[in-house]
Amino acid sequence: MFKHILRSLAGGPVTESAPPASDAALAELGGRLGAAAQRRLGRSLAIREVDAGSCNGCELELHALSNPLYDLERFGIRFVASPRHADVLLVTGPVTKNMAEALRRSWDATPDPKWLVACGACAVDGGVFAGSYACVGPVEAVLPVDLRIPGCPPRPAEILAGLLALLETSAAPVSGRAG
Amino acid sequence: MAEERSLRQVLERIGAPVADHRPWPRHTVDRAGWLSLAGMLRERPDWGLLGLWGEPDRVHAALRDEGDGEAGGAVAVVSLPCPDGRFPSLSAARPAAIRLERAAHDLFGLVAEGLEDTRPWLDHGRWEVARPLAAEPGPGQPPRPYPFLTSEGEGLHQIPVGPVHAGIIEPGHFRFTANGETVVRLEERLGYVHKGIEGLMRGRPAGEAARLAARISGDSTVAHSLAFARAVEAALDVEIPERAVWLRALMAELERLANHLGDIGAICNDAAFAFLLAELGRLREAVLRAADACFGHRLMMDRVVPGGVRQDLAPGGVETLRALVAELRRRVPPLVAVYDGKTSLQDRTVGTGIVGPELARRFGAGGHVGRASGRGLDARRSPGYPPYHRLEFQVPVLTEGDVNARVWIRIREVEQSLSLVEQILDRMPGPPQGLDGSAPVPLAALPDGRGGEGMALVESFRGEILTWVRVAPDGTVDRCHVRDPSWFQWPLLEAAIEGNIVADFPLCNKSFNCSYSGHDL
Ligand code: SF4
Repeated sequence: MFKHILRSLAGGPVTESAPPASDAALAELGGRLGAAAQRRLGRSLAIREVDAGSCNGCELELHALSNPLYDLERFGIRFVASPRHADVLLVTGPVTKNMAEALRRSWDATPDPKWLVACGACAVDGGVFAGSYACVGPVEAVLPVDLRIPGCPPRPAEILAGLLALLETSAAPVSGRAG
Repeated sequence: MAEERSLRQVLERIGAPVADHRPWPRHTVDRAGWLSLAGMLRERPDWGLLGLWGEPDRVHAALRDEGDGEAGGAVAVVSLPCPDGRFPSLSAARPAAIRLERAAHDLFGLVAEGLEDTRPWLDHGRWEVARPLAAEPGPGQPPRPYPFLTSEGEGLHQIPVGPVHAGIIEPGHFRFTANGETVVRLEERLGYVHKGIEGLMRGRPAGEAARLAARISGDSTVAHSLAFARAVEAALDVEIPERAVWLRALMAELERLANHLGDIGAICNDAAFAFLLAELGRLREAVLRAADACFGHRLMMDRVVPGGVRQDLAPGGVETLRALVAELRRRVPPLVAVYDGKTSLQDRTVGTGIVGPELARRFGAGGHVGRASGRGLDARRSPGYPPYHRLEFQVPVLTEGDVNARVWIRIREVEQSLSLVEQILDRMPGPPQGLDGSAPVPLAALPDGRGGEGMALVESFRGEILTWVRVAPDGTVDRCHVRDPSWFQWPLLEAAIEGNIVADFPLCNKSFNCSYSGHDL
């Protein structure tokens, strides 16, 4: 055991450098921020993930963000256990009819100011499940979306780029919109 | 002795064979035949239920004669036309049928006579239609209270959890009844991620429906794609290029490696041992990156399609994978030694969440859950599919049935998959060269104007997937049913946690790692 830890320590860090914050995401967010937006979050984001019907592919890549190579927490971004601790609700899946209410309640439980990120093709536009009797459709059909991260599933680096963009503009959303 | 008859012989006697069902036979029986079969199932514990699914006017059950030594010959489908929408339940003989029959009712309105639990399963009263896949769907039913089973006694209290869980986990609801810290009963309520996949497949060309099959459960996208492709190819009687057969197995083994490595780490993390999560998480990432470099997608989604594979191994792929195997061979054993040598870990995993062999058999559980509880079935071997009959591997089996046993099955399967990847790389036939020197694997053409029915059993990292498909003559999917291994594992999780402490639930749950999406479909 100690041998392994020593070897790991001697090996130097395995984390990789961060991808540039996604320009497209920055532009999208920029457009949503009013001049009056106040800096509240500093360089830290607490994210509550809600699977609203995903195939679990997006979840696998969200998990990967916590492995030592991406090490999301070094940017001050954390996944938290409750929407009440969150600045951001990150939603995956085509929002099944059976999950729509739980998703709405999670959003209502997230304190203002808050952001909503739609992660993955399903969350962005319903993906291959669009049109099903059992799905509502994209997250946008249920809640206001601040940032879209396309991909099926998006690669960890792509999710990270989107989240870093969110962090760069780490100010509260325009007041009065959320709720 | 009449009881000595094999399943095949019995079905030939009581049923009429259906043409164009491949590779295993399908027999239509009348009500009396179905009833006598239900009676026989009680006396034949060696006849396993592989699946049960509906159509608007009939019900099908897939069975396997586990005692029949004939390789691949022991599987059969039996169908009962039920124009009045009723059929005798198989649940008394095979408890694994209970949830399948509840689902057939929600989707098709089929009523299983004698089924004790008639609560809706997938239908939460949120759809705009009732019986969405029936010939004539009805108007949606408003949500009704869902009565959980009761446990009464002094000092019992309930703990409701979900559908939104505390971590990055799929949604489902767990209702614990506990006495202090001890779990007296766990009841699951699933269906939150029901996406209507079988409904979406209807009427779509097989190639398009394959994209849906690939998204039944993202962590087993290769295995589900493979099961769908093999079912379609069986229905249409198509042979695919030899190299594609080997590439499919290569991807399937990489998928198994990635999942087992990730899960072993996650189980240890739930026992408060984050070191192994970090180390094994790195190794999982190495597998996904190799998969990405070789096939252009980290999870290898949409790479296996009806007719073959969408993509050949990228240039340099063989070297990438050999380096990966070498790295894992070097790095996994010391981590296994850490797992095995840490009493704090063993204290949490040994003797926790036990599933007895008899229960595993009654529910027909496969994969690491079944193999940790004495069931040695592996679809790669029986009924088997190419190229595995030309590869050497062992199917590990243990009987303890606890979290530790499920961890060890996964460890052994990692070792087997490493060897399989090497064998595949050694023996895979070279690519047919195109005129320009490039090496795409051609897709086998799916014939036009020829329909049929096909079934496939494919081993995912989680266990056996059953996919059944009827392809219309115009090449579209008329009906497709997919049974993820989770269907037969979820009920066992309820049993595994009984008598354990609430705090051990994450550990038990992770050692199973059932799919919500694959189950809810
Ligand atoms: S976007 Fe793709 S990977 Fe993500 S949930 Fe949807 S189908 Fe699965």
